[in-house]
Amino acid sequence: MITKYYQLETLTCPSCKAKIENALRRTKGVENVEVLFNSSRAKVTFNELIVSSDDIKRVIEGLGYKVLGER
Amino acid sequence: MMATRFQRVVLSGMLIVASFVLRKTAASPVIADGFMLGAAMVAGIPIMRKAIGAIRYRILGIDALVSLAVIGAVYLGEYWEAAAVTFLFTLGDYLESRTLEKTRASIKALFNMMPDVARVIRDGQEMEILLEQVVKGDTVIVKPGERIPVDGTVIEGNAYVNQAAITGEAIPVNKESTDRVFSGTVIESGYLKIRADRVGEDTTFARILQMVEEAQDKKANTQKFLESFSKYYTPLIIVFALLLYIVTKDLRLSLTMLVIACPGALVIATPVSIVAGIGNGARHGVLIKGGEVMEKLGQIKALAFDKTGTLTEAKPKVTVIKSFGMEENELLMIAAIGESYSEHPLAKAIVNAVQEKLGSISEFAEESEIIPGQGLKAKVRGRNYLIGNRKLMLENGVRIEQEQEEYIRQEEEQGKTAVIVSDVERVLGVISIADTVRTDAKQLIADLKRLGIRKIVMLTGDNRRTAAAIAQQLGIDEHYAELLPEDKVRVLREVAQQFGPAAMVGDGINDAPALASADLGIAIGGAGTDVAMETADVVLMSNEIKKLAYAIGLSRATVRNMKQNIFFAIIVAALLLAGVLAKKVSLSSGMLVHELSVLIVILNAVRLLAYRQ
Repeated sequence: MITKYYQLETLTCPSCKAKIENALRRTKGVENVEVLFNSSRAKVTFNELIVSSDDIKRVIEGLGYKVLGER
Repeated sequence: MMATRFQRVVLSGMLIVASFVLRKTAASPVIADGFMLGAAMVAGIPIMRKAIGAIRYRILGIDALVSLAVIGAVYLGEYWEAAAVTFLFTLGDYLESRTLEKTRASIKALFNMMPDVARVIRDGQEMEILLEQVVKGDTVIVKPGERIPVDGTVIEGNAYVNQAAITGEAIPVNKESTDRVFSGTVIESGYLKIRADRVGEDTTFARILQMVEEAQDKKANTQKFLESFSKYYTPLIIVFALLLYIVTKDLRLSLTMLVIACPGALVIATPVSIVAGIGNGARHGVLIKGGEVMEKLGQIKALAFDKTGTLTEAKPKVTVIKSFGMEENELLMIAAIGESYSEHPLAKAIVNAVQEKLGSISEFAEESEIIPGQGLKAKVRGRNYLIGNRKLMLENGVRIEQEQEEYIRQEEEQGKTAVIVSDVERVLGVISIADTVRTDAKQLIADLKRLGIRKIVMLTGDNRRTAAAIAQQLGIDEHYAELLPEDKVRVLREVAQQFGPAAMVGDGINDAPALASADLGIAIGGAGTDVAMETADVVLMSNEIKKLAYAIGLSRATVRNMKQNIFFAIIVAALLLAGVLAKKVSLSSGMLVHELSVLIVILNAVRLLAYRQ
């Protein structure tokens, strides 16, 4: 289980937050998600045996939000 | 690849202009329409992508509303309306993200305060390494103008350090051997060799950053309400627009309804104010942990202060030396030599006083015997002395004259501790020791009363006389002395019942239970004390207690700003709705007003960044 922060493009509406959180929560292998609206960051805890960091990025980008970086 | 928001805005704007030019120059209107449609697609497709992405996860957002409206407009052949709506929406989004960044800028600025590299000594060699490579125990060298990269202890050198990054206080403090220094602070002059005690994510500065970041997203109650409201709002609007179409058969009207009903300004109203407020606080050394805390802090009606370490410096000092016959400095010197082996705080105060007034002490007591609860017996320069309280004198048959007893009582009434110095027969003098009140405490109490705080009390484990003396000196309404930690919790509850929301202010060391159980816990001198930073809702990083008044003022200004925003957003939404129903507002002008209102709300929050006391 690892936790990563994804830096997203600036989020402008709080509904983006709900969107990304819901989408990631329904992704297999994702244990916990928190989107920090004000710092435009997603904090994701996931099982790297089931889902990869790239998969997570794909989900976020699939919703139309650019991922600028991860750490 | 996805173009940036900015590129999309520019491209769709250019297409719109081109379309107008083509129409004017009487080229084929079909081509002009084509350009307009192109503009709508450049700006609109990313919106639709987001909408579809969201719908897959059963979320209806503003993107869906706009997409529906655009599709409808294209269907009606209203290419200009379609292009205008998507262009304005994208432009608005772009401008909003730029201004939003401004409200978040003061927090971002904090992040830039960490250096990238550190200079360390390894294998006797001075070398520069990346910050991540520094480990606990490394010896770090920092030169003037550089930021200290770790939390550590000074092992060599002397420097003036600006600790503004941690405490918000810009006046440099002197640091020398054995002093603690913090990462993120800057050496203004001098040079330090530091042993790294905490590195990377464990440093005080990194933890402050993390807390600030999390605090921004802890929602205010108002915000929680608005968000739950907007969850039902969007689907409701779609249903309403549908009904409107069924009743009026007016597709245009229904589409306009969809667009202007987006609750943009309303949802953003609270978070922008909170972020700006927290950012302002963080820059001035005040950590406010989230929106809810912000709302509460402004509404505090009563404040309870811990005494020792909060209103006072918790450093006892010699205040008066009274001698009965002997020279005062001589008396002090004898006491200091006698106490030279003692670790008691009162002994330290006496030794410090000598070092300050007379320089270092080169002699030691020839014999000394500590008597717990009374003081000590010591042989100095061949003579026997007693240094301690009344009981010590009584038990050793030293007579206290009436005039001396009166003087001692008088000092004690003022909250001081009287240390009696005698030889084997007579009292030679009395040294008064008191904890010093913080220089800005009196100012703070006056400021708080001016801010309309109804009740200010002091809670302390110390004795009644000392408590009374300090309370009176500072103008505190009421004081409770000789309290145990659990008593503090009880008194606090009583105060809250009587006067409304009560905050506890402490240094977080001996009053953690009270800090945690209060409506609001405020810790002072938080930098470096983990307990205080974790348990308190508001942390004043420095020891400047007067910042509390600033913090209360800031939270009130933030709440006021938030209310202005909500009020404004509701008025605009109501006016737009009325305008649409009266058919005075078109799709594009509705979008324009909507985006403008969001921008105004953000700009209003930006004003908060300039808040000063």
